[in-house]
Amino acid sequence: MLAWTIYLSFFGALACLLTPRANPRATRAVALGTALAGLFCGLKGALEFNPTNGLEVVAFAHWIPVLGIDYSLAADGISVTLVLLTGLAAVVGVLFSWNVEHRANEFFALFFALIGGVYGVFLSLDLFLLFVFYEIAIVPKYFLIAIWGSTRRDYAAMKLALYSFIGSGMVLIGMLAAYAVSGLSSFDLQALAQYSFTVDFQRWAFPLVFVGFAILAGMWPFHTWAPTGHSAAPTAASMLLAGVVMKLGAYGCLRVAMTLFPEGLKLWQHELAALAVTGIVYGALVALVQKDFKFVIGYSSVSHMGFVLLGLVTLNEIGWSGAVLQMFSHGIIAGLLFGVVGRMVYDRAHTRELDKLEGMGLVRALPFAAVTFVIAGFASMGMPGFSGFVAELQVLIGAWQAFPKLAILAGVGIVIGVVYTLKTTAKVFFPDKEAAESHDYHAHELEPISIPERVGAALLILSTVLIGLHPRLLLDLIVPSFKSPLFEGLRKVAGL
Amino acid sequence: MKNLPLISFLTFLPLVGAALVFGVDRERRQLARGITLAVNILALGVVALMWCTVNPSSGMLQFVERHAWIPTLGVEYHVGLDGLGLVMLMLAALVIPMAVLASEKVEENVPLYCGLFLFLQAGLFGAFTALNFFHWFLFWELSLIPAFFLIKLWGGPQRSGAALQFFVYTMVGSIALLLAFVGLFLATGTFDFTKLAELARTKALGPLVQAKFAWLGWGAGTAYTVLFIGALLGFAVKVPLWPFHTWLPLTYSEAPSPVSMALTGVMSKLGVYGFVRLLLPIFPEPMQALLTPLLWLAVATIVFSTFAALAQRDLKRILAYSSINHLGYCLLGVFAAVSATGTALDRTAALNGVVLQMFNHGITASLLFCFVAFLEDRSNGARGLDDFGGLRKVAPVFCGLMGLALFSSLGLPGLNGFIGEFLIFKGVFPLVPWAAVLALPGLLVTAIFILTVIQKVWCGPLNEKWARFADLTYNEGAVVFPATLLMFVLGVWPQFVIAVINPTVAHWVRQLPI
Repeated sequence: MLAWTIYLSFFGALACLLTPRANPRATRAVALGTALAGLFCGLKGALEFNPTNGLEVVAFAHWIPVLGIDYSLAADGISVTLVLLTGLAAVVGVLFSWNVEHRANEFFALFFALIGGVYGVFLSLDLFLLFVFYEIAIVPKYFLIAIWGSTRRDYAAMKLALYSFIGSGMVLIGMLAAYAVSGLSSFDLQALAQYSFTVDFQRWAFPLVFVGFAILAGMWPFHTWAPTGHSAAPTAASMLLAGVVMKLGAYGCLRVAMTLFPEGLKLWQHELAALAVTGIVYGALVALVQKDFKFVIGYSSVSHMGFVLLGLVTLNEIGWSGAVLQMFSHGIIAGLLFGVVGRMVYDRAHTRELDKLEGMGLVRALPFAAVTFVIAGFASMGMPGFSGFVAELQVLIGAWQAFPKLAILAGVGIVIGVVYTLKTTAKVFFPDKEAAESHDYHAHELEPISIPERVGAALLILSTVLIGLHPRLLLDLIVPSFKSPLFEGLRKVAGL
Repeated sequence: MKNLPLISFLTFLPLVGAALVFGVDRERRQLARGITLAVNILALGVVALMWCTVNPSSGMLQFVERHAWIPTLGVEYHVGLDGLGLVMLMLAALVIPMAVLASEKVEENVPLYCGLFLFLQAGLFGAFTALNFFHWFLFWELSLIPAFFLIKLWGGPQRSGAALQFFVYTMVGSIALLLAFVGLFLATGTFDFTKLAELARTKALGPLVQAKFAWLGWGAGTAYTVLFIGALLGFAVKVPLWPFHTWLPLTYSEAPSPVSMALTGVMSKLGVYGFVRLLLPIFPEPMQALLTPLLWLAVATIVFSTFAALAQRDLKRILAYSSINHLGYCLLGVFAAVSATGTALDRTAALNGVVLQMFNHGITASLLFCFVAFLEDRSNGARGLDDFGGLRKVAPVFCGLMGLALFSSLGLPGLNGFIGEFLIFKGVFPLVPWAAVLALPGLLVTAIFILTVIQKVWCGPLNEKWARFADLTYNEGAVVFPATLLMFVLGVWPQFVIAVINPTVAHWVRQLPI
């Protein structure tokens, strides 16, 4: 069932491309159908999935036997969680792109090519296959920004592509080295994970692969593509970029770098934790002084992805499951924030400058946007009751155990997160009365929030509250995954 | 009766009410107010029912509900009540409707305003009954959100700054608190208050924490103390304890007066509640180790805040500092209770005084802010000490009733304010005489600034500007009358509350590992 998410998305991409350019309505219908079908497959797969079995084979076929490359798909609870996130993000992304008229068929074709690649990465068990899907996901990203983007889109698209390819290059070197050194003539992740590479090899291979993936996860100091990319991208693309593409990087770190080279993680644990916490605090501080609405959210993504990386390198189970939960949670919340900023506000007000938005009386013109942003803001700052809290709490518990001092710094990051979120919310939606009244004339020109936007926002809010109040829905999937043979080496190094 | 999930019902009732009120059209103000009051009265009824059915002679937790929630994190849905929880629920159930009734003059977006108050009430009910840190923290933070918006959207001229400052200060404390409890979780594998308290009682908690953080190379007991300081910070900001009080005067004066009623009446009690429910049973040893500096902080809180109140010219700021002062006595009582010398009887007296003072201050302080709200309604927002004069002549009932509340705040025997402070001093004096003596000037200066208020506002020649100052209306009278009556009842017959709290307090004192 899960494999169908991939095929359906690529098929949907083709179908979207074939719809007439002059009829965006047909394209949208096909796109929504594809996204819903993908989400349905994901949900059905999740319900059928038995988390205690560890890795479950989804599809297998020999591909290039000479090189030991197989078309091998498998899922554990982590993949299922992220497949669900991708499904949700795809549906909401389509709903928030309802107003795309310019070359809509190509837009949605690229959109689903990206989604298909993402599903593929999350389900691949063969390292080579994973890499292929990873590259497939990057290319549409470039075009989505370069063609449908806004401010400085060429620059942003190029920067994103360059950073991604540098990362991919690093991953490729590490991957080929592992293939050659192990002598297994197989790209099977499980086989490679069970091979013990020498510590000297892991010492350099691990950081190469980990950082290669972490670039896409927005790890400081390789994060600079993220805010520019997020802001230039069209709404649906920034939702996907922050919502799922950054998760590809984090997933790669966990699935490839950490399982193959656990000793390497142990060697570099403290350095990487320091980088992660720097990202948390630095991202939050920079968000504090931004003047562009989307840049605030862009830097907040860097900050929140820092929690994912911090959780991964804690080398304990609670930190890992927190990191995976944070991937899901941040995907939902960042999607929501970008939806409000990009679709609800920017597409109507045609400006993202906080100083200009302040004078528009947006709370009266767009009350739905204000309420959504307030909820998303509280979710993002880690209020209990929303998914972000459970996730960040677990990461903090893991970090306390591994590096108490850094855990305190991460706490400081949370506080700064509160400040910038509140300040931005107050400035855009609840400015002081005098400012709002003098510019009130703008308010009448804004069209009301449409039904697809409302449905999309409601879906995401429901998801974050549901997971916030009942995190077992995902934790019961995620936690048993770490018991599978894939993580055996990692568990041994962690002393679990 | 005991098998009904009364606490869950009580917690979710205002949330459902809030959802209803948010849906009301913003022009239909009376409907929104009506729904809110109906929910408030229903909640009050539930609390009254619990008050009547609770077994008063047992100091143990009652009405307990327990369900699995997130097993991997040691998180359960675990709620229950003892005397303290019950008294705090009663306070929240009384003060919130009073604040809503005092908001007659609020006209802008009434449904949102009322819904936020209900939201706040749900947060308070949840926080006063939760027995698992995760669950408790959820409601503790939940109560912040409505308070932030009530200040931000309906406050005075500097409301944006005030709301942000209020929220951020509290968040800093909350994060420290969170990290401290995460540390405890790592050492013990539980977030449950009762389990943690049991570990502390058997003196097992300190060694567990020590073992967990041994690799840091800190001395014996240091890690436990560090966690205590983190948790302390969270509550010290909320109460507040000097020098973490600086957010409060601005917040209380910029918030609309009904919101200040809720802030000082119940939200500040969340902080004291934390000291009594969490810090005292879970960290008795570090608290005892740091007793002297903590007592100094409490004394500083009491003394500095009264002098600060004396220097203010704004009625709301005076009340804000007076609030800090009164809660300072509570903290003095809590800290003194862990003193190594002294008898169980003294500790019981001090802690009884603390709980009583929490309840009494909640009633009196919110009543005072309520009077200021009425005053502001009449004076177009003027509330300077020197803006008035001689109002006694035109508004005798107003002045008389507000005077009563002021005297209660001053601690006049026969009114409710007296008995709590008396019990605290009665307990603290034999436990730590020096702190009691140093705190005494606080009482004196309080008398001075309260009499100054009465003199400047009520007495003297009538300020001609206010010649047409209206006396208390029947509606307003109906708001303040129950609370005024309660002030007398509690002043004359404090047994009414003490009967509920004494067994609980006696139980705590028996459990203290000192």
